[in-house]
Amino acid sequence: MYTPHTQADIDAMLEAIGVESIDALLQVPDELRLRAKLDIVPALPEYQIRRRIEQLAKRNAGVDLVSFLGGGAYRHYAPPAIAALAMRGEFLTAYTPYQAEVSQGYLQAIYEWQTYICLLTGMDLADASVYDGATALAESAIMAMNATGRHRFLVSRAVHPNYRAVLRTYCAGLDVQVDEIALTADGTTDLHALASALASYEYAGVALQSPNFFGNVDTLDADALRAVRDGGAVPIAVVAEALALAALATPNSWGAQIVAGEAQSFGVPLAYGGPYVGFIATKDEHVRRIPGRLVGKSVDNAGRTAFVLTLQAREQHIRRERATSNICTNQAHCALIATIYLALLGKTGLRDVAALNLERSRELATAVANAGARLTFSAPFFNEFAADVGRPASEVLDALRERGILGGLDLGRWYPEYATSVLMTATELTTSGEIAKLGAALKEVVRVGAGV
Amino acid sequence: MSAQASDRLAPPLIFETGQTGRATRYVERGKPLESFMPAKTLRDDLPLPDNTELDVVRHYTRLSQRTFGIDLGFYPLGSCTMKYNPRINDALANLHEFADLHPFVPDELAQGALQVMHELERSFCSLFGMAAFSLNPAAGAQAELAALLIAKKYFKERGATKRDKVIVPDTAHGTNPASAAMCGFTVVSVKSDARGRVDPAEIRAVLGADTAVCMMTNPNTLGLFEDRIHEIAGAVHEAGGLMYYDGANANALMGNARPGDMGFDLMHLNTHKTFTIPHGGGGAGHGPLGVATHLVEYLPTPYVVRDGECYRLDFNRPKSIGPVRSFWSNFAHAVRALAYLYANGAEGLANVSQYAVLNANYLRVKIAEFLEMPYPEICRHEFVTSAQGLKKKSGVRALDIAKALLDRGFMAPTVYFPLIVPECLMIEPSGTESKETLDEFVAALREIVATAESHPQELFDAPVTTVVGRVDETRAARHPDLRWRPVERRSG
Amino acid sequence: MAQPEQLLYSKEHEWVRIEGDSAVIGITDYAQNSLGDIVYVELPKSGKQVEQFANIGVVESVKAVSDLFTPISGEIVEVNSVLERDPAAVNRDPYGEGWFLRLKLKDAGEAEKLLSLRDYEKLIAE
Repeated sequence: MYTPHTQADIDAMLEAIGVESIDALLQVPDELRLRAKLDIVPALPEYQIRRRIEQLAKRNAGVDLVSFLGGGAYRHYAPPAIAALAMRGEFLTAYTPYQAEVSQGYLQAIYEWQTYICLLTGMDLADASVYDGATALAESAIMAMNATGRHRFLVSRAVHPNYRAVLRTYCAGLDVQVDEIALTADGTTDLHALASALASYEYAGVALQSPNFFGNVDTLDADALRAVRDGGAVPIAVVAEALALAALATPNSWGAQIVAGEAQSFGVPLAYGGPYVGFIATKDEHVRRIPGRLVGKSVDNAGRTAFVLTLQAREQHIRRERATSNICTNQAHCALIATIYLALLGKTGLRDVAALNLERSRELATAVANAGARLTFSAPFFNEFAADVGRPASEVLDALRERGILGGLDLGRWYPEYATSVLMTATELTTSGEIAKLGAALKEVVRVGAGV
Repeated sequence: MSAQASDRLAPPLIFETGQTGRATRYVERGKPLESFMPAKTLRDDLPLPDNTELDVVRHYTRLSQRTFGIDLGFYPLGSCTMKYNPRINDALANLHEFADLHPFVPDELAQGALQVMHELERSFCSLFGMAAFSLNPAAGAQAELAALLIAKKYFKERGATKRDKVIVPDTAHGTNPASAAMCGFTVVSVKSDARGRVDPAEIRAVLGADTAVCMMTNPNTLGLFEDRIHEIAGAVHEAGGLMYYDGANANALMGNARPGDMGFDLMHLNTHKTFTIPHGGGGAGHGPLGVATHLVEYLPTPYVVRDGECYRLDFNRPKSIGPVRSFWSNFAHAVRALAYLYANGAEGLANVSQYAVLNANYLRVKIAEFLEMPYPEICRHEFVTSAQGLKKKSGVRALDIAKALLDRGFMAPTVYFPLIVPECLMIEPSGTESKETLDEFVAALREIVATAESHPQELFDAPVTTVVGRVDETRAARHPDLRWRPVERRSG
Repeated sequence: MAQPEQLLYSKEHEWVRIEGDSAVIGITDYAQNSLGDIVYVELPKSGKQVEQFANIGVVESVKAVSDLFTPISGEIVEVNSVLERDPAAVNRDPYGEGWFLRLKLKDAGEAEKLLSLRDYEKLIAE
């Protein structure tokens, strides 16, 4: 399919090459030539492809349920203008902008993305994107190791469990030990435990997430920041809900030197987990350690403003085994989507969306409390929170599902001590009707659980 | 590129336009943040611009017009397989039931998505001769990393912790050695022979009890089929090592030969090359990782399994290297790849690769009339030519040819890679380009080479029809300007 | 300003000028010319001990990276801070303001393993 040649074309081309048949060009040694019959569906006309895949799509019943799912992937409103612009063929079908003269538009858009990330995080510079939030954390840990020459890493247990798992996967490759900092009863990082761990002077870096996996604001205070500095570790801020950057104090303001984040919230579809868009932002002193592509502003041979990929000597195609990372393909198109989202929403819109997330999630928390559950933690939260339902969360979620509701995440999946807590999320798209429906359903379920 | 020629002024940055309060309203006004959160947890300023939707639409439309993609013209970028990206793929990936599906939706309610992944995985297994695929890696480089983590774990469990060397040919992509280094392996580089291929004797010379993995690209980055791959795989296996197939060039053999049959234990695919996923200006990609039977249990979590008529994400895989990403897969790309698979079937995929080879060889013989071919023989889906002779005669380098092609409406080939060919131009036409397009490209290149001999300065000055001329990369690197800053600099 | 004939050279295109018990090192005009526009020089910190011919840093041009090897052993006592903000000095004046490091010599006898200008010129002519 999608091949243009007529038989006459093929004949003319073979003649020019000087061979009898295409077969003569293949030159696969006989013993390697494919003989097995492949177990692949026969070719279908386009309308049947559409029909078949649409049928598969319809089997995703979960997509239209009332949902309070979050936990690192968020349902936010994306204006249609984003898709109209990002899906333009020039953007969609471009390769990495190696030829700057015919890629000025994309390069400028990425320069704008880098700037947006800097303005949101308070950092000095940001890369052109990495795969996602989890790999952003893993790559940031490697940056910290390269900066300090140390091979041990500290991460809060309140960091997204998937991010921590990916961090461990990457660190296993480098034989780096990852230690975790305990939680307080309030669902935040135990900063005293953090300070005493750092007194060992062994850690390359320490990572905290804010809002953390439970939705709670979770940053270093002045004493903890001093402990991190005294311990010679690089403080890393993890961001899984980028929208919070529009409202909360920046990672820079509480001392982070690297921000490892996920920007899916900025208009990137949920798409069952990907593609999303990770980012790494940092201070100027770490510029040569940052992984991934960077777009810089320069001039052309006539002195006109021009953008170009820069500091490429850090990267794998030049530095090979001594590169800052092996990353090549990044998530440029998702970064473009996020950039357009930020441009459309603007400061005003983004603040409004953040405020609505705060409002709706508090409305949800009130409904949950009225239904007989209680908030597991009392720390300030952004748009998600843990609710203790008084019985195994998995049972409650199953019961809610029977009532057409995806109530949230069973925290017991990652935190055995919170097996009766559900992580619930509300965004600007969560309606009062949905909250009322959950409240009513939860009341039945929680009451059943309480044995009434 | 004529539309661009009249548009020489760079649009201002989005930060340099707009007025606070002007942004188009998409949601209702929110209450002050302080009514929900303690003031000390909040930021004081949010220095972003407010633009209307019209402003934003014009801005990014103009930026798109200053960007060259496959949709605008021939894109013969070697090693990148820039074939046509069918629109049906995007339409299906963007279906509400896929695009709006949350990754934590319970398996029972995401059966369609899981079936897409499972069906694609099974098809890849058949097409490439592997026992299982993980659709998790986000790109080829991440699949390499995952594969080497698998190798590391596999050897560790066998007590073979001294296997710490990864063999990489000198024609390999930079990601191979970089991935090896990220897993703590030492890289052993092997020189290509006079035929541009890896000589089994060279491999044998570096094999030993410390060999972990040998990474090969086949056809290699010169576009040549590694015809002694069986022998190499045999030697590596005999030494106790594993064979890794870098799938960057899988478009050249898909449906005609299988890495599994060549003796590879691990492989990746770049579906953004081989399966027409749009490259999107640098990503997102998708790097499915295939393994032979003895390595299946090490694949990253989660892995999609089928129990009877039900599909589920299996996280409970004790020997797994663990997850490599936040969520399961670049799923939207799995939908696109499945649509492409349906469009072609087994026979169609074999044809895709055959036409890619036909187009490359046609270009090769035509271009050989006026540029030198360091490896003058039948190639696969791509080939390298060199401007070395031209440079000696006229001073015109591969880079100048690349820039002159931009003036003539074509994307430039990959230049200066692979590293072993001086003044290298690496040309990959893909199988979706017509003979007329190829002929136009040859004519343009022929004219450029003639100009090199008569008026080389014209080529040194190229490009001249693009919105900017050659960019000062030295200045960009010496004085990095990586972001816009507010005029009145505020601390965040 | 050093005259090239007063210097000693390594096969890796570094030069060294011995001044009593210390030595100044840099890269040759040939090296800067083949690298092209140098955009960054990564050097070790003062106080570090380095062994003759050990890899002690890198020199980056726009699209290449080269290792820097010390032609002689010793303790680094001074690093040319100009290069941090003006790496182009290496291109402009490789034997003068583009110098890299000053070392306190460990073993002046090591100089025997280095090349004279004539031998170095022979090497690069090959």
